[in-house]
Amino acid sequence: MNHRQKEEYLREYSVLKNQGKPFWPYAVAKDGAMAIVVVGSIILMSLVLGAELGPKADGTTTTYVPRPEWYFFFLFELLRIIKPPELVPLATIGIPTICMILLFLLPFYDRGPERRPERRPIATTAGIFTIVAMGYLTYLGAAAGSPNEVELEASASVRAQGPAMVEQFEAGKQVLAQSGCLACHKIGENGNDGPGPHLDDIASRLPRDAIARTLVNPTAPMPSYAQLQEQDPERFNNLVAFLSQLKGEEEE
Amino acid sequence: MPKLKLPAAPVPPALKPKPRRPDEHQHTAVDHAKEAGIGAIGWVDERMGASGFGRWLMFRKVPKGTNWFYTLGSATMFAFLNQAITGVFLAMYYDPNAINAYESVRYISNEAFLGEFVRGMHKWGSSVMVILIFLHMARTFFFGAYKYPRELNWVIGVALLILTMAMSFTGYLLPFDQRSYWATVVGVNINGTGPLVGPYLSDFLRGGPDFTAVTLSRFYAIHMMLIPGAIAALIGAHLYLVTKHGTTAPPWMKAETDPDLRTEKE
Ligand code: HEM
Repeated sequence: MNHRQKEEYLREYSVLKNQGKPFWPYAVAKDGAMAIVVVGSIILMSLVLGAELGPKADGTTTTYVPRPEWYFFFLFELLRIIKPPELVPLATIGIPTICMILLFLLPFYDRGPERRPERRPIATTAGIFTIVAMGYLTYLGAAAGSPNEVELEASASVRAQGPAMVEQFEAGKQVLAQSGCLACHKIGENGNDGPGPHLDDIASRLPRDAIARTLVNPTAPMPSYAQLQEQDPERFNNLVAFLSQLKGEEEE
Repeated sequence: MPKLKLPAAPVPPALKPKPRRPDEHQHTAVDHAKEAGIGAIGWVDERMGASGFGRWLMFRKVPKGTNWFYTLGSATMFAFLNQAITGVFLAMYYDPNAINAYESVRYISNEAFLGEFVRGMHKWGSSVMVILIFLHMARTFFFGAYKYPRELNWVIGVALLILTMAMSFTGYLLPFDQRSYWATVVGVNINGTGPLVGPYLSDFLRGGPDFTAVTLSRFYAIHMMLIPGAIAALIGAHLYLVTKHGTTAPPWMKAETDPDLRTEKE
């Protein structure tokens, strides 16, 4: 807006303001009514939905679903959409940071005098697009289950290694299923496709030691399973044994 | 805007209170009580001089066409107040250390008087506040309310948005159950992947390279002291600017010239 447009706006605004009503009591009454609705809905939600408390936090296990509060789903979903590991920082922090900067600077790059949404096609479209995108990502996040069962038969090569191996395979499968891995990884038909890579053929990509090392010292955002290793080495070993049998061959 | 003129009660003229005659003395207790109230306000105002501020805040005009969308900002503020008040009550029972935290939350939920209710209000209030802040932001965005002369208020608003999300993030850990624990571990790790400041940020949040007992008290301090203080201060600045500039008129409103002027011209 140039100087003339600013003056024009201020003049027009002062006329509209003078034709308006006093804040007290007119606006206060509306705000008050709205406040009652807001606090009323909160009370209602609290009464109807309550406040659940899950099992106590435990660094060593299991049966957890690493899910954020629903209004962070859209951020988490970005991770699923953007897969390649070298782009992950972009998804996690890059895109949100850029959006934040764009949001902060909005009044400095959109300085036109026009205020009616239908005459600001770019701004309005961008706004609607953002709302739809965030809504869609939130929906995806809400729909993504976090299964804690794995349906996967021991492959022929596992069975060939004898019953002890099969037993360990099954035990490790249990640990994996209970440790929330499937919230981010996919094995066969089980689990979510990302942010982490598929684990079907993890053993052909990483040797056993490297798998164990990754579990203890993973690349972010994966949580570390160091506590599991320290406090329950047997379960940890089962998990590693299970993973190091996943060679990506036919599971029949 | 609905008309909110409160009509005087329909009493027959004979029953209306008579205006006091100048020479009449004030005797009744009611008279004294009235005087005392006004006197106390006058006493405070004489020393504080806040009545000008009150008039400035309350008796300003809101432009023609102001509608229900304009209540979203104050609704966000009320949601924040709800969080502040219920939060104080939760803090009376909550114990921010890794050993007792879960137990204290369990106590709030199961034993404290109205504990689960207050906890539920705090929990669901956070969702409501996030929804309202986004709606309020959408309103100001589509109405072009971030334009001259209210740019700064938009910037303050974005800071409030970020702080509100940070509140949600830090508060989520506090019940210290499995879900909140692991979600926060992953969340902090995600922060850590950020460029440049990322690793420092997650070290700051965790209080070291690992997720330890320190982490919980850190989150607690951030959640109940640092950010709420910042939010309260910024809301103050936000509302100061709102009052100073006045709220926008809806973008489709046009100032009409006085119709009498127009007829005169012809
Ligand atoms: C804690 C959060 C917030 C509170 C309590 C709050 C409160 C308010 C209130 C009470 C108003 C008065 C008019 C109205 O209700 O529309 C207002 C106006 C405004 N707010 Fe906020 N707000 C918050 C967050 C935000 C955010 C996130 C933004 C945008 C990024 C924002 C931008 C604005 C702007 C530009 C105005 C001027 C609107 C106009 O004059 O029409 N606010 N805010």
